[in-house]
Amino acid sequence: MDKTIQNAAKAVAQIPDGAVVMIGGFGGAGAPVELIHALIDHGAKDLTVINNNAGNGRIGIAAMIDAGLVAKMVCSFPRSSDPRAFNEKYLSGQIALELVPQGTLAERIRAGGAGIPAFYTPTGVGTELATGKPTAEFDGRPFLQERWLRADFALIKAEHADRHGNLTYNKTGRNFNPLMCAAAETTIVQASKIVDLGAINPEHVVTPGLFVDHVVEIPNPQQEELLIRAEAVYP
Amino acid sequence: MTDIKLSNAQIAWRAAQDITDGAYVNLGIGFPEMVAQYQPPGRQAIFHTENGILDFGPSPAPGEEDWDLINAGKRAVTLNPGAAFFHHADSFAMVRGGHLDVAILGAYQVAQNGDLANWRVGDKGVPAVGGAMDLVHGAKRVAVITDHVTKKGAPKLVETCAFPLTGLACVTRVYTSLAVVDIEDGRFVLREKLPQISLAELQNVTAAQLHVTDPVTDLITPDL
Repeated sequence: MDKTIQNAAKAVAQIPDGAVVMIGGFGGAGAPVELIHALIDHGAKDLTVINNNAGNGRIGIAAMIDAGLVAKMVCSFPRSSDPRAFNEKYLSGQIALELVPQGTLAERIRAGGAGIPAFYTPTGVGTELATGKPTAEFDGRPFLQERWLRADFALIKAEHADRHGNLTYNKTGRNFNPLMCAAAETTIVQASKIVDLGAINPEHVVTPGLFVDHVVEIPNPQQEELLIRAEAVYP
Repeated sequence: MTDIKLSNAQIAWRAAQDITDGAYVNLGIGFPEMVAQYQPPGRQAIFHTENGILDFGPSPAPGEEDWDLINAGKRAVTLNPGAAFFHHADSFAMVRGGHLDVAILGAYQVAQNGDLANWRVGDKGVPAVGGAMDLVHGAKRVAVITDHVTKKGAPKLVETCAFPLTGLACVTRVYTSLAVVDIEDGRFVLREKLPQISLAELQNVTAAQLHVTDPVTDLITPDL
């Protein structure tokens, strides 16, 4: 078994117009910048993108939005140090927004990966984000029904990977990445280093390779926060 | 009414006095983060951040940042010995599962029944909720730190929130620039107030009845 793939362009070439794409990362930590930029080069349009945020500056997801590739964002916090890209498209009605509380977003993705179509949560009860969602009482308390989230593709940033797709992450670069690996039909991972089988201690594997389809090695990956501070623009 | 009020640092100091040694605590982004600076000597709380750390420490020196090591406010942080990383579903299991002892959040408005409005002030612009709606249903204690009134002088402690709600009946205590107020049985109960102001003056800048059930203590803080 060998899930490694030569380069980022090849890894994202199969993503079609209209795909639902989960993208890992929280702020700049764990954002798969090289895979995102390869997807921009590939040019798939009308995408639904699921991420905690909605891009920052003129790179990464913000650059996808600038390029007109994103029809809808599913996120908890479409605000950042430089939210121009999303704001312009949203306020002019060119991009749809599904706003989801952060913990509900995580659990919907987890549920998607775990084969649980819906669950009940206290989060959001009695707020405007509860509109249209069924509620039920359990042990005398009201809860809100939320549905799973699944995707056609997930773009993931890992630290180490082996050719079976076992993954580790770097610090808070973990965030949504392990959940998204399980919730997408096809999971594409960029790893800073591809190591030999057995080099990752099985006790330390965070994402088992079963959830991963393709792994591309991107040594010294770009860090979104540093690109933003440098006012980088893609392409 | 005089201009006497606590600074943000003093409000944060007061809130920090109620955090016990070993408590698991989530501090909201911005002003609530100040609470971490004022832990009483000999007590060490363990701070949780939504994006997957328990037991993080202050920001590193400029130039020492690791941008894969950030808190929910996207600020670079450090780790204390004994820190742990986890993914977002585990992080919010800690929140919703009731495993945190205290969450301290900011507020636009708090209602006398504990309803909180702290995520948007109207329907203009781009809405962003983050983890606020989750946090209010997680911790055993949900406290708010806030100025007693808005910059324009409007009361923030109200009978019913006018702004969009973050959560229903979730706040248990409010630390303001003038007072400490508990929420009990759907009403505000005054616990502490600045000695320089009278109860009548405090009531005047509070848009719901302040109840007094026990002697009100003087709210005294260090100069910060």
